[in-house]
Amino acid sequence: MKWGAILRLVLVLLLLALVLRPGWFTPVFAPLAPAGGPVIYQRSSLLSLSLSHLGLVAAASGAATLIAVTLAVLVTRPAGTAFRPLSRTITNMGQTFPPVAVLALAVPALGFGAGPTLVALFLYGLLPIFENAMTALSTLPPATIEAARGIGLNRWQRLTRVELPLAFPVILAGIRLSVVIALGTATIGSTVAARTLGEVIIAGLLTNNTAFVLQGGLIVGLFAVLIYDALSQLESRVSRRLGR
Amino acid sequence: MIEIDAITKCYDGQPAVDAVSMTVESGTITAIVGTSGSGKTTLLRMINRLVEPSSGEVRINGQSTREEKPHLLRRRIGYAIQGHGLFPHQTVARNIGTVPRLLGWSKDKVRERVDELLRLFSMEPEEFRDRYPAELSGGQQQRVGVARALASRPDLLLMDEPFGALDPIIRTRAQEDLRQIQQKLGSTIMLVTHDMEEAIRLGDRVAVMDGGKLVQYGTPAEIIAEPASDFVAHMVGDVERPLRLLSLLPLGDLVEEGEAEGEPLPAEASLREALSACLWNGKQAVPVERDGKVVGRVTLDAIRARAGHHG
Ligand SMILES: Nc1ncnc2c1ncn2[C@@H]1O[C@H](COP(=O)(O)OP(=O)(O)OP(=O)(O)O)[C@@H](O)[C@H]1O
Ligand SMILES: [Mg+2]
Repeated sequence: MKWGAILRLVLVLLLLALVLRPGWFTPVFAPLAPAGGPVIYQRSSLLSLSLSHLGLVAAASGAATLIAVTLAVLVTRPAGTAFRPLSRTITNMGQTFPPVAVLALAVPALGFGAGPTLVALFLYGLLPIFENAMTALSTLPPATIEAARGIGLNRWQRLTRVELPLAFPVILAGIRLSVVIALGTATIGSTVAARTLGEVIIAGLLTNNTAFVLQGGLIVGLFAVLIYDALSQLESRVSRRLGR
Repeated sequence: MIEIDAITKCYDGQPAVDAVSMTVESGTITAIVGTSGSGKTTLLRMINRLVEPSSGEVRINGQSTREEKPHLLRRRIGYAIQGHGLFPHQTVARNIGTVPRLLGWSKDKVRERVDELLRLFSMEPEEFRDRYPAELSGGQQQRVGVARALASRPDLLLMDEPFGALDPIIRTRAQEDLRQIQQKLGSTIMLVTHDMEEAIRLGDRVAVMDGGKLVQYGTPAEIIAEPASDFVAHMVGDVERPLRLLSLLPLGDLVEEGEAEGEPLPAEASLREALSACLWNGKQAVPVERDGKVVGRVTLDAIRARAGHHG
């Protein structure tokens, strides 16, 4: 626990330094840069790229959570069970479609920029959240649900006060998975001119500059690890309270 | 008063509850007993419309339960089930306060009520209020479940095997608590159990169910002394009938003048306890006391005569 906290702090500081003071790392990356070429990415600020990257992921994951949870709620109501297989098929398709293909298909419709990336991340994020939410909502402890009905909560009250709070840790696990996938996938958004940290990596690949690739990859990776960790902590805190 | 009027529930054409009619007086405990699958739970759940009857109706104080929205009806009727069904994500206080909050009670009033109920069930509010159900023992969870059902002071309380999961000692204690609380509050309780012992101990009236039908409905003494069918006699336990009957009768009825040796028993104790004391000590009589003063004795002969003279 103590070591975990120290490691977490070190990683946060490393990430902050990489984003805010990239100059400090010139000696580290220098051996990887082509002779005479730039060592640190400077075409745009890493901070603004990071924020835009995180913003895209947050927007897409937020929308995916909203839609996936709503869908899961609907298909776990008595009237919605008939739609369960169909909604499963749709969200599964979202997952199997390669994100690159989604980008390629969305560009003609939405143009270059953030739009196609948002669509790809959104579609990609649906499945884990939907699957988890559906499983959680259809395996709630029957005695609790029965009691909720028996003491006079109406449908809406049962959903918001009992079912969703109880399903929350499992839904959160789905969101966590989805966010981490989105953090990585967002990098390819730069191929269609979305402003993400992928820009650094792609610039590195185009100019044979391993320093850039490493720099971009490291920042994305650290974000993914730290966000995953934070959501895990939140999840275990919530489920500990539920006595699981 | 609760009037159950020819109520029937069919599943796939098979009746789970078959034309059951009974009247439950206000302020009494009615125990519904029967073997597994006899329709007890279904009958109970039709009263608060967790199950909609196929035909027949239930009237509470003359008003048909069909005239009200189910969830509003249920807020007026306490409901406690085996395995308590507490909300694991809410504290004890929030669990107990659920219905009062739904009814729009003020925060202070809810908090006061929660503490009052916790004390009633001998759980120190300071200690238990903010715990989560997972941090309670099985017996405590069960008590909180019953407290939640009582929270809005419902006139009617439905309980489905509320003590099923408890060990015998806690179970007896919970039954005594329920009796006391019921007397204090004057509530009407309908309680499902498959344990005839519990039904006899708790019920003012006992309803025996078999195969969806109500086969006998009467006081515990009637059920024991005059079982309406072989099935009821079997439920009561043929061998134990005399003892069951004695356990219902207080010593006070048979007190006579005279001396007896040994530890006196209070007049409210049952004849079964007196019989047991006589047999254990090898004596022909036990002294009886009222308010700490010996008022006479009860003899083994008198007990034997009373057990033989049933009905
Ligand atoms: N939702 C349902 N669908 C179909 N059949 C049902 C349903 N609920 C109950 N039954 C049937 O109705 C009958 C009575 O069930 P009920 O639950 O009322 O029995 P019970 O007396 O409470 O039994 P136990 O002591 O085991 O709880 C059983 O045969 C049961 O299979
Ligand atoms: Mg039952």
